Amino acid sequence: MIEALLAALADITSGHHLIYLFAGVAMGLVVGIFPGLGGIVGLSILLPFLYGMDPTSALSMLIGLVAVIPTSDTFASVLMGIPGSSASQATVLDGFPLAKKGEGARALGAAFSASLFGGLFGAVVLTFVIVVAREVILLFTSAELFMLTILGLSMVGVLAGTSLMKGVLACALGLMVSSIGGAPATGEFRMSLDIPYLGDGLPLVVVGLAMFAVPEIVDLLRAGGSISRSQTLGRGWLQGLKDMWLYKWLCLRCAGIGCIIGALPGLGGSVVDWIAYGHVKQTVKDASQFGHGDIRGVLAPESANNAKEGGGLIPTLLFGIPGSGSMAVFLGGMVLIGLEPGPAMVEGKLNLTYVIIWSLALANVLGAGACLFLSKYVAMLTTIRYAFLAPFMIMVICFAAFQAQRDLGDLIALFGVGLIGILMKRFGWPRPAFLIGFVLADQSETYLYQAVQFYDWDFLYRTGVLIIFAITIVSAWMGARNVPTGESDAAEAAHSRVQNMRPQAWFATLVFAFLAWGLIDGLTQSFLGGIYTIGIAALSLPVAARLMYLTWTNNTAHTVNFDLEVEGDHLQSADTPPLLHYLLWLAAFLAAIMLIGFWLAIVGFFAIFLRVKTDASWLRIAVMTVCGVGFISALAWIMVLDFPGGLLQEAFVLPWPIG
Amino acid sequence: MKSLTLIKGATLAFAGAALTLGTVATPAPAADFSGKRIEWIIPYGTGGGSNAWARFYAPRLQKHLPGEPTVAVKNMPGASSTKGTNFFARRAATDGLMALGTSGSTQFPYLLDDRRVQYDYKDWEVILATPVGGIVYVNPSLGVTKADKDGMKKLQKAALKFGSQGATSLDLVPLLAFQILGLNVKPVFGMKGRGPARLAFERGEVRIDYQTTPAYLKRVMPLVKAGKAVPLMTWGMLDDNGNLVRDPNFPDLPHVGEVFETMHGKKPKGPAWTAWRAFMAAGYPAQKMIFVKKGTPADILAAWRKAAQDTINEPGFKEAAAKALGDYPQAVGKKAEVLYKVATTVPPSAKKWVRDWLKREYNAVP
Repeated sequence: MIEALLAALADITSGHHLIYLFAGVAMGLVVGIFPGLGGIVGLSILLPFLYGMDPTSALSMLIGLVAVIPTSDTFASVLMGIPGSSASQATVLDGFPLAKKGEGARALGAAFSASLFGGLFGAVVLTFVIVVAREVILLFTSAELFMLTILGLSMVGVLAGTSLMKGVLACALGLMVSSIGGAPATGEFRMSLDIPYLGDGLPLVVVGLAMFAVPEIVDLLRAGGSISRSQTLGRGWLQGLKDMWLYKWLCLRCAGIGCIIGALPGLGGSVVDWIAYGHVKQTVKDASQFGHGDIRGVLAPESANNAKEGGGLIPTLLFGIPGSGSMAVFLGGMVLIGLEPGPAMVEGKLNLTYVIIWSLALANVLGAGACLFLSKYVAMLTTIRYAFLAPFMIMVICFAAFQAQRDLGDLIALFGVGLIGILMKRFGWPRPAFLIGFVLADQSETYLYQAVQFYDWDFLYRTGVLIIFAITIVSAWMGARNVPTGESDAAEAAHSRVQNMRPQAWFATLVFAFLAWGLIDGLTQSFLGGIYTIGIAALSLPVAARLMYLTWTNNTAHTVNFDLEVEGDHLQSADTPPLLHYLLWLAAFLAAIMLIGFWLAIVGFFAIFLRVKTDASWLRIAVMTVCGVGFISALAWIMVLDFPGGLLQEAFVLPWPIG
Repeated sequence: MKSLTLIKGATLAFAGAALTLGTVATPAPAADFSGKRIEWIIPYGTGGGSNAWARFYAPRLQKHLPGEPTVAVKNMPGASSTKGTNFFARRAATDGLMALGTSGSTQFPYLLDDRRVQYDYKDWEVILATPVGGIVYVNPSLGVTKADKDGMKKLQKAALKFGSQGATSLDLVPLLAFQILGLNVKPVFGMKGRGPARLAFERGEVRIDYQTTPAYLKRVMPLVKAGKAVPLMTWGMLDDNGNLVRDPNFPDLPHVGEVFETMHGKKPKGPAWTAWRAFMAAGYPAQKMIFVKKGTPADILAAWRKAAQDTINEPGFKEAAAKALGDYPQAVGKKAEVLYKVATTVPPSAKKWVRDWLKREYNAVP
């Protein structure tokens, strides 16, 4: 093992391998910085170049890319409030408030050092565990995996914010939205309305962007000005590093969580950041600042999401079973260069495995270093007036969304679910809880079904299941300590100035109706196809009914009462446009896409939006449009991607990129 | 869409190039793709086997197509591969600049009249077909060492579970085979691919499984060597005339028809068997195929077919293909057309039988 380790080090530091590693890291940095673009996009761009490369170089490049994305995606999460990729959604919760307070530099410093720590931790774990991990992974059967999804769902209590009731409902909503499409057990289409796009279910990247990016963009636009209120980034890089050192044990725990969850095949890495965040929130003494800019809320997800890649490589290399979307593409890349994952990776090809591990460690160092270096410049974006940034942001998140299924439906879903996200934000529904539900729905259903098939209900008595169940109970108990319930205390009551609860009541009714539809749809399916959605509906409908009662009766003293339109800080200026204003902008944009296709629509959107919302000259607008649209067109060309078309493209055959 | 001016000009240049290549099997075509980009639609994601297959072929075809165009693989996953395939059916012109790569999971919805299918294989010209085999293996704890009379009797007595992606997927072939052989197999659906099913086998959750040839060779053979898996039979392979024969990669393993004969002393027949044969042919011996649109001018079609022929004649190709795709003869020309016919034609009676069977056994309606 030691010889293999050293031989691999010699291999990777020799000349051109290092160059490929640099290339991968550079690519990962760029892809990660753009909101919504993650490992899948980056690897898709690299795939055509892989064929015929020597395995060490190709592996270095692939790993370089995969490893730094969870580092560089922090920029968007902290500075823009938009998850840079699905790995750092949780970073938004505290990172963005820090940036708004003018402590962006501190948050980034802490995030990058935590990323570096997590990444190196993952590499170390991989080094030693890979040799023995095979048997351990085989211990996790469908039964244990199901119980782990329950553990994940129990985090909802911690992420619920001020109202457990809304937390539970948001989670149920996420579970139900995720159930749209083919049922795991039978393949029946649930709630798909015979729309082929819905038959595959909504893609995670679309839902993630819709929940976090769309509401944030709209709010920032309404607030006017730039993202950073103070117009400065603050100093504090060093402060960030010190924070990481101060909370090193917390980072260590989160890195461990990241590794373990990443290493379990089939659980998927997309919840790692949330679980780490929830874990920290439930174990610290004073959690009151979480969500308002607690540095620990940045350290936790960032140390976990980089460690996850190390963990995720274990099942990918040993069994050829990817733990996440980007690992699936990585696996595709391995096959292309003629490498087959399997037991051989720790026997005959241990050398190559260690090339991967060294690359991972090196890439993390390079990535964190580059990010620290770049952050001064990237952070300047937050001092630009947001109206200038918004078209770029909207363009990039649309691009990120439609590379999911490469379908017009991606954009419709983005704005449709985005509207739900906006309303959830407005009424204080915890969007993380929604996302946890969304991500874990498919796994929990599939593994429950499989566990019952394989072990009957006796699966509940398996040792592993009981251990995870015990952890779940402890975790839920620790989380419950921090959740306020029932009537709000005096301080809260003073905060709740909302007198008219009608809008909240309508939203609660909408959620109730959707859950009820899930129930009705479930009843029309076969037993196995419908039982899961029926179960979710049965558990959540009473809660929804209670919420409806509270809101329709205008119970303003209750903790559920929340309406950002009445108490949000963006309302302090009198000329803030109403919410509807920017919703109409988005609706018009979507209508234009459906009419004349994405490419023409985005060109028009750039021109009109910049002209109306900024005082830019036509020349300046033209330059910005050409740069922005030129960039994604080039990206689309490399990725062999057509932009979604509209009615115009249905009627006429037009040249790329318009058609 | 791209312009259609391809035919003029480069006859001489190409003839010269063809002569230097020295493999002029068909008359030198006049087509020229210089400076063009050919989009090759793969209706599957970037993680799977079809993608690997396409990325294996793309740079090679590129080298042999006249004018060395860029062959760009375009992944368009969704709706069990019907989305990308529908896109090709709707958008491809007859200029040879758009190709399609299908897999068994594209053939099945078509043969089963899935309502999402808006494409017809009859509208396309086949360029190349890649066969793949399937190998059934079991857990040694069953005490079965081979598929002889005693072994199969023992196997019939065991209550077995099988990890499956769904009854209308390629797993239709194993499920029907198990039924024909009288095995007591209960499928557990919702597996996200053959990989997770194999993992369930390694955990001991399922005791019977199958994998396609490349996956078997790389990921199950180590288990067999370690005494953790016992190979029993294969689906078999089709010979040049479309007859079911032993899989050339596994000459020691009987195919399903032989196993039936060992058990019952007579050859299998009847509607179930006819249906199995038809769907097995559609799913495996012509699993992956390259198509261009029907009506493509003869010279362009000839250029494509020649490129496929030249690709597989290239020195070193056979070894590389054996490693990446399994050691089966890649079919081009006439042979590809035979396989294409077998894979995309199912007698109406067999189709009806399978649809009824899916409904009855699994409540599955394609």
